[in-house]
Amino acid sequence: MTDLQKTPADSAPAPLGDPFLSVRDLRIHFDTDDGLVRSVDGVSFDLHKGRTLGIVGESGSGKSVTSLGIMGLHRSKRARISGEILLDGEDLIAAGPDRVRQLRGRELAMIFQDPLTAMHPYYTVGAQIIEAYRVHHPKATKKEARARAVEMLDRVGIPQPDRRLDDYPHQFSGGMRQRAMIAMALVNDPSLLIADEPTTALDVTVQAQILDLIRDLQEEFGSAVIIITHDLGVVAELADDILVMYGGKCVERGPAASLFDAPEHPYTWGLLGSMPRLDRELQERLVPVKGTPPSLINVPSGCAFHPRCPYAALTGGRSTSEVPVLTEAAPGHHAACHLAADERHRIFTEEIAPRL
Amino acid sequence: MTDTQGATIPSPAPAPEREPLLKVTGLTRHFPIRGGLLRRQTGAVRAVDGIDFTVNAGETLGVVGESGCGKSTMGRLITRLDEPTGGKIQFEGTDITHLGVGAMRPLRRDIQMIFQDPYSSLNPRHTVGTIVSAPFRLQGVQPEGGVKKAVQDLLELCGLSPEHYNRYPHEFSGGQRQRIGIARALALKPKMIVADEPVSALDVSIQAQVVNLLDDLQQELGLTYLIIAHDLSVVRHVSDRVAVMYLGKIVEIADRDSLYRSPMHPYTNALMSAVPVPDPRRRQSGGRERILLKGDVPSPINPPSGCRFRTRCWKAQDVCASREPLLTALETGHQVACHFPERSEGNDGHSPENAPENQGS
Repeated sequence: MTDLQKTPADSAPAPLGDPFLSVRDLRIHFDTDDGLVRSVDGVSFDLHKGRTLGIVGESGSGKSVTSLGIMGLHRSKRARISGEILLDGEDLIAAGPDRVRQLRGRELAMIFQDPLTAMHPYYTVGAQIIEAYRVHHPKATKKEARARAVEMLDRVGIPQPDRRLDDYPHQFSGGMRQRAMIAMALVNDPSLLIADEPTTALDVTVQAQILDLIRDLQEEFGSAVIIITHDLGVVAELADDILVMYGGKCVERGPAASLFDAPEHPYTWGLLGSMPRLDRELQERLVPVKGTPPSLINVPSGCAFHPRCPYAALTGGRSTSEVPVLTEAAPGHHAACHLAADERHRIFTEEIAPRL
Repeated sequence: MTDTQGATIPSPAPAPEREPLLKVTGLTRHFPIRGGLLRRQTGAVRAVDGIDFTVNAGETLGVVGESGCGKSTMGRLITRLDEPTGGKIQFEGTDITHLGVGAMRPLRRDIQMIFQDPYSSLNPRHTVGTIVSAPFRLQGVQPEGGVKKAVQDLLELCGLSPEHYNRYPHEFSGGQRQRIGIARALALKPKMIVADEPVSALDVSIQAQVVNLLDDLQQELGLTYLIIAHDLSVVRHVSDRVAVMYLGKIVEIADRDSLYRSPMHPYTNALMSAVPVPDPRRRQSGGRERILLKGDVPSPINPPSGCRFRTRCWKAQDVCASREPLLTALETGHQVACHFPERSEGNDGHSPENAPENQGS
């Protein structure tokens, strides 16, 4: 645990200056017939250019809703959004829909999970990339836009891009479709790229290709990337910082290396313990997190994780009555847990670390 | 191989000595492609193209491969939900390859299936009680103590509450639904269960619960599993032996430990190196060289000549295009179909990564 200070040089100290994206106390609630769904309930984070943030959580933890909220895609009457999303100093929540539309696709771009449903089956891949380009470059001629689309397809590694441009999405394989969608997202050189489960629908070998591609492109364009996934392996491959979400809240946030070496929150321990790993000796049994993820309509009182937490009894009843706040446990590493930091470190080293 | 202490429960009879529970030889399934005015057959999707393996009683065989490699089709053939084009399937010595629906019915008690998607494999209009008791109804079995009692016992066995008897599938979460599917598969006390991606639709924390449940049930009931999955780490956890499929063929089959410690087929190596490792330090120190396969899996309509993997293989030579490598045992219990396999002794330094994955900390 102590050696987290001397992580290799390329995980440089956090860049100075203002963050490019700053999310402050973001809350996204939906009014439904069954009650108020608190999908995102007070999430804050910063992201600098050239850095990658990984958001991890189970289904229903609010990670996708967060990303759609940043993209400004929750503008229905039922969604109640509050907080601040500052992109380069400009608040996207206060900005009008027209302004957000201008930014979306140019400054902010998104890669969706399922490329077959995210692309229009009726238009060719090229037409869709060209449209994305021309919307934000109204002066560009069709020819220029087409040349740009070919260039982008080439960049993401699609063979014979000038010919494949006129193919329809169904003529592409899953991996190629995902590449085409990345090309579409990057066609306007966005400064912020959000990838929502970009490889979940893909095979491992293709997943490795796509993760490599995202990393190379980020190095080349220097954009900020948010990667949302349930797979801790994928975030470990890409992310500089990791945010763990549970029940609509951020329960832990920290640099990737220290989050994997010295995780602070019992939920993160649970996630790490329930995952079979190829790089470790075979365990006799996995250690699952008991119970099921909470309903976001009836979030458990106090700490949302307490019904599943094996250490809830050690907090003297605070876990059921008080919502824990995110506090700094180690430099740059925050966790929201009622257990005292010393107690947590003891439990982790004595009980958790040996079986990970 | 590991004959568990399944004798505590009387029903699953001990398997015949040394006779494998399931024996598959030369199994093929070609889906015809029809075209033209007369709907003549113009080609075939060779989904499963000649595979051989055996499963012994009480063991778990894991089958891995990318999507489209034919692993699910294989599962459906073994449970005879689909008609094989050729080859032979023997279950406890009986040839079940072309049995009709009626002749197959008594055997359905012994072979059951768990499906991937817990959302579409349960009828939304039926209660849990109806779903789990369906096998009793269909087979005309009167369990001791009545159907309701038997169903409630099954639910309890699978970690659900007996009060769930009258609820509908939509009232359950994904993990609970998968447990209902497992309870249904166990109703008739089968000898063998074919599970097609049993945990891939579930969240990580729930996935571990279901994996442990499958493990416990095997210990308790002496079940034999054939587990089909694409997740190599899950397969490593549950299997005794593992088969790797590529484009309708088995390219490598071995004991779990031997396969994961020293994979011999280049494809297996590539698959393993592609699995993301949840350890950021490894990425930062650049300690892990990964084999990046180029391109996509070729079409099973027109597979490459010779070795099917040669179009993406970094070791491919002329012989790979002309001669098809046969599945041969290079070590005891470790069969590989490759002209240039990686030797476990490490005499071949040609691969980008020679060190096996799991030796790192």
